[in-house]
This record gives sequence, structure tokens and C-alpha cells, in this order.
Amino acid sequence: MSTLYKELEREQPMTETNTDKEHWDMIIQPKTSMLDLQLKEVWRYRDLIMLFVKRDFAAQVKQTVLGPVWHLIQPILTTIIFLVLFGGIAGIQTEGVPQPMFYMAGITLWYYFSLSLTATAGTFVTNAPIFGKVYFPRLVLPVSIVISNLIKLAIQFGLLVVIMFYYGISGKYVFHFNIYLLLAPVVIFILAGLSLGLGIIISSLTTKYRDFTLLLTFAVQLGMYVSPIGYPLSKLEGSKYRILLEINPITPLVEAFRYSLFGKGTFTTGTLLYSFAFMMVSLFFGIIMFNKVEKSFMDTV
Amino acid sequence: MSNTVIKVENLSKQYRLGQIGTGSLAHDINRWWHKVRGNEDPYLKVGEANDRASKGDSEYVWSLRDVNFEIKQGDAVGIIGRNGAGKSTLLKILSRTTAPTIGNIKIKGRVASLLEVGTGFHPELSGRENIFLNGAILGMTKAEIKKKFDEIVDFAGVERYIDTPVKRYSSGMYVRLAFGVAAHLEPEILIVDEVLAVGDAEFQKKALGKMQDVSKGQGRTVLFVSHNMGVVTQLCNSAILLNKGSVAYTGTSDIVVQKYLNLNLSGETYEAPEEKEFYIKKVQVVDEQGKVCSTFGTSNKIYLQFTIAKNIKKASAQLSCTIQNKTGDYLTTFVEDLDKWFNDANGTNEHTFQVLYPGDLLVPNYYAFRLAIFSGRAVYDLVEMICPFSVIDEGSAMAMYEGAGYGYFSTNHQFKQIL
Repeated sequence: MSTLYKELEREQPMTETNTDKEHWDMIIQPKTSMLDLQLKEVWRYRDLIMLFVKRDFAAQVKQTVLGPVWHLIQPILTTIIFLVLFGGIAGIQTEGVPQPMFYMAGITLWYYFSLSLTATAGTFVTNAPIFGKVYFPRLVLPVSIVISNLIKLAIQFGLLVVIMFYYGISGKYVFHFNIYLLLAPVVIFILAGLSLGLGIIISSLTTKYRDFTLLLTFAVQLGMYVSPIGYPLSKLEGSKYRILLEINPITPLVEAFRYSLFGKGTFTTGTLLYSFAFMMVSLFFGIIMFNKVEKSFMDTV
Repeated sequence: MSNTVIKVENLSKQYRLGQIGTGSLAHDINRWWHKVRGNEDPYLKVGEANDRASKGDSEYVWSLRDVNFEIKQGDAVGIIGRNGAGKSTLLKILSRTTAPTIGNIKIKGRVASLLEVGTGFHPELSGRENIFLNGAILGMTKAEIKKKFDEIVDFAGVERYIDTPVKRYSSGMYVRLAFGVAAHLEPEILIVDEVLAVGDAEFQKKALGKMQDVSKGQGRTVLFVSHNMGVVTQLCNSAILLNKGSVAYTGTSDIVVQKYLNLNLSGETYEAPEEKEFYIKKVQVVDEQGKVCSTFGTSNKIYLQFTIAKNIKKASAQLSCTIQNKTGDYLTTFVEDLDKWFNDANGTNEHTFQVLYPGDLLVPNYYAFRLAIFSGRAVYDLVEMICPFSVIDEGSAMAMYEGAGYGYFSTNHQFKQIL
């Protein structure tokens, strides 16, 4: 027998000095420092993130005839509805940008945000069975969701490019591309961070209160109308409702996105920085809350 | 030599009953409002004996209390205990799915825990995709999985179906693939729950063999949580016995398994509900030490003790004694004449008897006794399915099969080479 344990009498364990010198790879303890964001751990599991991304994407497409084309149908249909509603019935001008192109740009961004947000918000509740059985940094899942939605965004963005191409070739709209084109990826990056940050805050809250899931569905639906998706921000010049759009961190992002592509949109460095700061703060608090919840949520979920 | 890889110090886990949260924000606000006004909590019922006197000690439950132990490199350690002893909680903390309340665990090396095989398998994905996904969930990198890929497919025997979605797999194939991935993890420390109770006998053998390789051949540390004492004795060189959230014993596995048998499992004692003319007053099953017991190892002797009382003058009767299986079938019966103890000349009318059943008679299973006092066709007293007890494997090679094919009786045979 390689080892024979002593019967456990409540005697002094190993001498303390001896233990302190030893090196331990991992210490499981009740609480870690609140500011320990464990991002290193997430990085170690980057392969898993990519596999989750692949899974999300592949699983959705399997056994469908149209496959990834489904990702295009939703924005196309919504654009048509907007054409009728905002363009036709309400008759809202779109700053001289052709309406289909204008709506499509906003809808693409909004769908990315809302899909990422709702999916990350469900992290704990939907993955409870896995989380109860095996450990990996829980943050891996929301991060992978945000990334896999980027693929969908890319497909939809491709459609937008095709439409822009059509208007450009046919001479119906003259594009003046310049350095601001580089703003588009920045906008998407901030949007991704924002959906991740808000999503994990909500997912941490839903472990205790399921109310937030219901609230979220509602909020996402309404959110689209207080973001400049179906109309430009300039339309609200002098309106008392403008403040609603200005506190919405999505507004500068959508406007900046349109500006970078079409050269039309209302934003300043200040408003963009506001969105960025909003993202950083929500990510920071999100990760703290998330890490706090992940330790013990199996007991409460 | 003393290379400790797991050190558990004062580990405790507390669960709170009743007030975990009502699950709804509205309810929690309502509760808070009641509290503010000094009223009673309107949702405080679950798991709580809503009794002011006992409130202090009933609200919290210690699932683990002051657990200390150390595990050295290369050990295969069994963790045993009854239901509710804290095995699962310990496992959950070790595999980091929940955090301890007090204390800590220090670990050297990479840990992989198998609380379940096939965690994260996605039915729509192919076997190949799932191997990568599941491997990564268990903590392997892509490169490591690639290296092991062929071995896993080979182990699971699903080569032909590797690009088929796993939802089309038979359940056996599914489990084999899942275990294959888990078995080819290369952590320094492997924590295994009773996941091996799945699959056919051949596969179980393969799976246990693989675990044995891992601990003996490759010098890795294995923690094995099981109810199956036979497998624990077979696989593990040492064991930890948990009882009511604390460590009761640690030591070599066969000793700890014996402790487990002796520890608890106090047998049931039958006592007659009322007096009759001629009746069985009390029955118990005891072990060699004379302690009431309901779990025996296959080699243990089983003692049946019973008291018979007579309240009438003239009677001649016989006793029949039967071992029944769990469905009530008679396995073996003997009949004894009672007249020589209960004739009128004898002063007392109450006697206690003992029957000794030798070891290596019953195969691991559940049993009970049937006792009857009768005379010809007249039955004075009859009790059935009393004093249930179980016989468990002490580590035979058969233990690997989880008791599936023990049959009905043990042969106490001789086995030798003759040519």
C-alpha cells in the first residue's frame, strides 16, 4: 500500500511553515478578491470559446434547407416593414440616404445588439445543466455568444454591402468614402462590448430573479424605438424627446455607423466616448457580478 | 515521497433552508416590506419547521463540516458514505461547480472531473465535432484533442459513424464516445463519479480497466466516488469514509469498506405488535460481533436471532425459517420442531434462538426473512419480509459488473490448474 492514512483525530495538521513554502496550482476557497476578473483563465480556454462559436453556428444551420440564408431573411423582412411604416405611412425623411439602405444599416446593428444581449442574458439559466457538472470559466459562454453573433452580423453586413453596391453602380447615391470608414469596426466593437456587459449583468440577476428575463424581452422590443433605427437622430432636432435618444448609448453608435458608410449621421467624439464609457462601466460591473454569481449560483438557480 | 497533490483544510459547506430566495423579485420585495413593518416573513416555509424554538438550528444545514484530508500523488482514493454523507457536495466543490463556505482545497496539477459523461454533447453535431467540443469543455486544448483523436474513436468503436450527428447514435455508442473523450483526458488528477454504471458489461470492464491504467500505470491521482464497495476495493488503494458531513475514517480501502459496513446501517428489529397464543416476539439480524446489522459482505456470517413466546397450555408446534429475496420468493427454508423447548414441564414459556448462516452463501443482493410457527395446517404466527438485509460485494472480480450477473447462489467452489 503506497499510503496509509492516519485516522483523523482532531490533531494539528501539518505545521504551517511547511505548507507555506509549497507551491499550489490552484486553491479552491470561499471567496476571491472582488477585483480579480479572472480574464487570464478565460484566455486559457480560448479554444473552447471558438468551439462554442462553431457549435452555435453549425447547430443552427443543420437540417435547414436554406441554412445561413435564414440570417438574411429577418433583416430583409424588417426593412420592408420599415419601408411601409416609417417611409410610407409616417413619411419620415432619411437624410437623403435611400431608405432601404438606411433602414438596413440600423437594423443590422440593432439585431446584433438585441440577439447578443438576450442570448448572453440567459447564460446561467440555459446552461445550468452543464455548469452543474463541469468547471470552466463561465465567462467563456457569453463571450462565445457575442462572437458567434458577429458571424451573423457579417452575413447581414454582406447584404448591406450588396445593396450599397447597387445604389452606387446605378448612380442613385454617391458615396464619399474616407477615413471615417474605419469607424465602422470600432462601432461594432463597442456594441459587442455593450451587449456582453449588459447581458452578463442581467444573467447574474436572473439566477435569483427570473423577472429580468421577461423584462428584457420587453425592453429589447421598446429599445428599438428609442434608438435611431427607423429614423435619423437629426429628425428630433428641437424635440423634447431627443433627450431619450441621447441617454441611449446605442444612438451614437448607429449614427456613427451610418456616417462612416453613407456620410450622413449626427454624432460627436463626445457622444461616442459616452458610449465607450458606458460599455467599459457595464463590462466592469458585469464581470464582477458574474464572477460573484458563478461561484455559488448552482445553489440558488 | 510525501508528495501531496490535494490538501483539504477545514472544508465546510453550509446550505440554507427556506430562505434561498423566493425566485421572484416581487416576492422578495414583498418579503422586505413585511420585514420593514415588523411582520412575519410570508414565504418562510420551505424546509423549515417554522418553529421559533428550533429556528436557530434548523435554518442552516452543514452539508460538509470540517473536512480535512490529504491525497498523495499516484493514489487511487475511494470516497464512500451513505446518501447525504456529503460525497456529492465534496465532489461539487472539488470540481469547482460550487464554492465552499469555509476552508479551502489546495491542488497541484490539472484537475478533470467526470461527474457525468457527455457533458455539453450537442445532438445535432457529428461525433467528430462533439469530441472536440466535449474535450474542450473538460479542459483540453485543441492540439491535445487532435493528438488523442484516433485513440478516442478507437476506444469508443464508432469509426463508421464519426461524421454522423450523435442524435442518430444508439445510446450505447453515445455513452462509449462520451466516456472515450473523458478517459483520454490527461489531467494529473481525475475525479470520477459513479458514471461507470452505464453501458454494457463489456464496456464497463473496459472503462474500469482504463481507470486502473490511469492510476496504476500512469501514476496519476484518481478520486472515485461510489456506492459500490466492491469496485472501490478493486480500484482504490485507499479510501475516505464520510459520515454526516465529516470524515469518519481514512485508510486502506478494504479497512475503510469494513468500517463503512460496521458504521451505520443498523438493522431493523422486528417486534410483534401484539401478544398471541404462540408467537414470534422479536427478530433481529446480527453480525459476528452481535451488533444488529443490515449489510453484510459476501464472506460474512449472518446470524438470525429471534425470540418465541407461548401463552397457552397445550401445544405442539414447528418453526419454519426462510430466506426470501426482494420479490418475496423463498430461497432456502428449514423446519425445526419446537416441542422440546416448549413442553409443559418446562417452566419458562419464552426462548431466544440463533441461526447461523455461513458466509459465501448468498450473492450480493437484497434479502429478508420469513418465520412461521405452525402445527399441521394450523398457523399460530407468520411474519414475512422482515429484517431486510443486503449482501454486498467485497471486491471480487465480479464487482466490475455492478451486480448484474451474480445469479442466485454462491458456490464456494475450488478453482485450480490441473494440467
